[in-house]
Amino acid sequence: MALGSDEVKKIAHLARLEISDADVPEYAKNLSNILDFVEQMNSVDTSDVAPMAHPLELPQRLRADEATEENQRELFQSVAPQVEAGLFLVPKVIE
Amino acid sequence: MHTKTIVDLSSGLKEGAFSSEELVQHFLKRIDQLDPDLNSFITVTGEQALAAAHEADQKIKAGGAGPLTGIPFAHKDIFCTKGVRTSCGSRMLDNFIAPYNAGVTEKMQQAGAIMLGKTNMDEFAMGSSNETSYYGPVKNPWGDNLVPGGSSGGSASAVAARLSPASTGTDTGGSIRQPAALCGITGIKPTYGRVSRYGMIAFASSLDQGGPMARTAEDAALVLQTMAGFDERDSTCVDQPVPDYTASLNDSIQGLKIGLPKEYFGEGLDANVARTIDEAIAEYRKLGAEVVDISLPNSKLAAPAYYVVAPAECSSNLSRMDGVRFGHRCKDPVDLEDLYKRSRGEGFGEEVKRRILIGAYALSAGYYDAYYLKAQQIRRLISDDFKKAFEQVDVIMSPTAPTTAFGLGEKTKDPITMYLSDIYTIAVNLAGLPGMSVPAGFVNELPVGLQIIGNYFDEARLLNVAHQYQQVTDWHTRIPKGFE
Amino acid sequence: MEWETVIGLEIHAQLATRSKIFSAAPTAYGAEPNTQACAVDLGLPGVLPVLNKEVVRMAAKFGLAIGANVSRRSVFARKNYFYPDLPKGYQISQFELPIVEGGHIEIELENGETKTIGVTRAHLEEDAGKSLHEDFHGMTGIDLNRAGTPLLEIVSEPEMNSAEEAVAYMKKIHSLVQYLEICDGNMQEGSFRCDANVSVRPKGQKELGTRAELKNINSFRFVEKAINIEIERQIDVIEDGGKVMQETRLYDSDRNETRSMRSKEEANDYRYFPDPDLLPVEMDDSFIEEVRKSLPELPAQKKQRFISDFGLGAYDADVLTSSRELADYYEAVATASGGQSKLAANWVTGELTAMLNKENKEITESPVSPEMLGGLLQRIADNTISGKIAKTIFEAMWNGEGDADSIIEKKGLKQITDTGAIEKIIDDILANSPSQLEEYRAGKEKLFGYFVGQAMKATKGKANPAQVNQILKSKLKG
Repeated sequence: MALGSDEVKKIAHLARLEISDADVPEYAKNLSNILDFVEQMNSVDTSDVAPMAHPLELPQRLRADEATEENQRELFQSVAPQVEAGLFLVPKVIE
Repeated sequence: MHTKTIVDLSSGLKEGAFSSEELVQHFLKRIDQLDPDLNSFITVTGEQALAAAHEADQKIKAGGAGPLTGIPFAHKDIFCTKGVRTSCGSRMLDNFIAPYNAGVTEKMQQAGAIMLGKTNMDEFAMGSSNETSYYGPVKNPWGDNLVPGGSSGGSASAVAARLSPASTGTDTGGSIRQPAALCGITGIKPTYGRVSRYGMIAFASSLDQGGPMARTAEDAALVLQTMAGFDERDSTCVDQPVPDYTASLNDSIQGLKIGLPKEYFGEGLDANVARTIDEAIAEYRKLGAEVVDISLPNSKLAAPAYYVVAPAECSSNLSRMDGVRFGHRCKDPVDLEDLYKRSRGEGFGEEVKRRILIGAYALSAGYYDAYYLKAQQIRRLISDDFKKAFEQVDVIMSPTAPTTAFGLGEKTKDPITMYLSDIYTIAVNLAGLPGMSVPAGFVNELPVGLQIIGNYFDEARLLNVAHQYQQVTDWHTRIPKGFE
Repeated sequence: MEWETVIGLEIHAQLATRSKIFSAAPTAYGAEPNTQACAVDLGLPGVLPVLNKEVVRMAAKFGLAIGANVSRRSVFARKNYFYPDLPKGYQISQFELPIVEGGHIEIELENGETKTIGVTRAHLEEDAGKSLHEDFHGMTGIDLNRAGTPLLEIVSEPEMNSAEEAVAYMKKIHSLVQYLEICDGNMQEGSFRCDANVSVRPKGQKELGTRAELKNINSFRFVEKAINIEIERQIDVIEDGGKVMQETRLYDSDRNETRSMRSKEEANDYRYFPDPDLLPVEMDDSFIEEVRKSLPELPAQKKQRFISDFGLGAYDADVLTSSRELADYYEAVATASGGQSKLAANWVTGELTAMLNKENKEITESPVSPEMLGGLLQRIADNTISGKIAKTIFEAMWNGEGDADSIIEKKGLKQITDTGAIEKIIDDILANSPSQLEEYRAGKEKLFGYFVGQAMKATKGKANPAQVNQILKSKLKG
């Protein structure tokens, strides 16, 4: 499957990744090669095969409903790029 | 001191032959002298290490020491370490001082092991040569301008160069085993769920598993003993007792059934590596093992399926790196979209971006069934192949990697060529099985690794099988030139 | 042309747990920003979700209560999109295998008929945080306290045909989740909110029209207004030769209009896939049986019981079971009144509800306890007081003047039932009103009321009205 430049740009937008126009063709080439590679999967018929999402055939463990986490805002926000009044700041969100 | 195993160091500490502080000082000095060239560490935590060693010495004197008390080691920079930068080899997290410890970090700390620092790695563990790190490539101590393998390349290189007696690693598609093989050390990727993933920065959640990298199987057993075990903060961590891994090391392997999958000895395998593995197998026969040929028919589909599943999971796992709550933020974003795109565009390297793009594509509307779902079906086939094989044999053996260490820059141009260096390790992650790499000889003075694959939660047997081999061989004791 | 409206609702009910769905951070409302957001809620690197058991139990409770299939195995999936109030860049939700499938809710229509509305599914997911748009140097502030709060998203079939039906359905769900004690139902705080999918089609057409999704409407009144205004808009668009766009729209209650939210629209390729950090949720029969046993009497069952045991009409029974608190109050009154269940229904739905509405109080805040009201009704039943006097006493009880008996005593409100005494009063009235008496006997029968009024006036309303009527009738005959 060959990916074109437009498709690369579309996915890059979906993944919120800036990719310069100059780099797009190289990405398109590499990604197309990877897709060709993974398409070897099509050499077997898997129509009757149950998909396996996880190596463990175990059910989810459930946690007791207890609120034990204490406020650590100061610690957590010490690694934040921009905070004010306890809030994380981002460029204006327009709804 | 640096040539001793953990077992020897531990008894030396207890006997008072040297103190933990001296031991730590010794390794710090070696790092200082030798690492500028190797680049195996991203962060060295000398002061903290000395303080912790001082404490360990008290504990040893008081008689409360365990097997790892006072023993230096290094953490792959993927494990969160409270108060210490945890970069994951990425510019994105270059400024990230972890506010908490990973489950593994806690366990090593509780055992009294002394962290020397954080080791270099492929960015977000995506790579097979340690060349995708923001902090530059790591060198393999066995040769000039050779890669150590990846993604736990720093951990492997540091142990091989005797800069640390052991290190932690993580393995998503071979990231413990392949660098262990290329650097001539012993590494084990446990069964998925054996070691907590809490605080281990996720690459592909259903494949990632932490494990030890050491010089011998016995040392690996000691470290795994500490790393393994239940952690209620990880839903995928299994609540099952951890057996005593050292207790069975000396069990006889007479009558052990070893399966050799024909698919792991075919096209793409270096002839000299193949011969080396054959010799290792011969050694096992001498030890009384029975060798049978088996088939894992879907093996060739493992890498294609892996390069869908892993990117798909990583594309989602790395979405939290958005420049809002932590990590790299671009300068003066004009709006929200600009903040996201530039922070992520600048924060991630090329290989990470490639995988995010492939993953997002594989999950996107209209392609999900053809790629992601298909890969999950292949995953089932691969897992079933192993299930069938383990009805017949106790362990499976193969080369860990198709070649010995390759040159820096040799495979960076073409992602696919790079991906193929993991062809023998990937299937194990897809199935969630434990796998190990043990030094098994040299080709042109470069180490070759033997891969041993076991059934679920059969780590004790893998370590036993590896240890028995190390009793009759000395490949694991070889030291690269210049690091004696 | 005649148009038909089709409405489906997606209701988000915040589950009333102590801790969040995937972390042990508290869920209390109104805390200082980001003080209830732990590393998991913040989506910091390396941290992982662990599912809250109570959330599973609550979802199962809801499923059983609406007669749905409670899934023995359900799966959490990631819904991927970027938004600052969504810390991980994905929301953990359920997609292919939700925890509840099927089920139904019955609503009462205005014409007295009932209509069954199908519930497609209900799934668990985590709530997002909040964006605060007050000015921080032209930036937006993000508070992630709400991030990770458990939500049950209840998706209906597109089976409602008017805003009124939609509101009736929403009220039923609102009442049910409170009955089940799985949601506090507080709409101001956003604990219970709703998205409405609205479309119109020419009457008789089979295919559904293109729908618009109205987002986050947080009151019953706004749901009704938003849907009605949206129906009008869509009909206008089509009648003007245009086409309705499939899009998300926001209801602006100040202007009473809906407007397009294109900003949220553009990238809706959510790339759902099973969350590899979580394993499938499994519920075995014994767990489900345990949940079934914990179910309280449900509104529909209670309504039937009120009809059969208390002899109430369907309408009253429906009103009285609309909330668990009201139903409990009513039952307590009925008991305290010594079996005056119908009278109790009239008083609870009438006088009491009117006072509560007037003073904007909840039933739980009523100053008149069920026991007090029951005591009052007993006095009506045993003819100690008339219904009219009872209203005066009720007001006095409301104002804290004590219970019915002490007010009757203190104010001397006891009804006069002594036939002799009433006869004497009536004799006096008739003697003092010769002209009226003459007119009455000449055929002006409506003067009967005048004589009754005089009798009540003379007794300050305390005369037993039935006795007054009876005695007057016989005396007037002459």
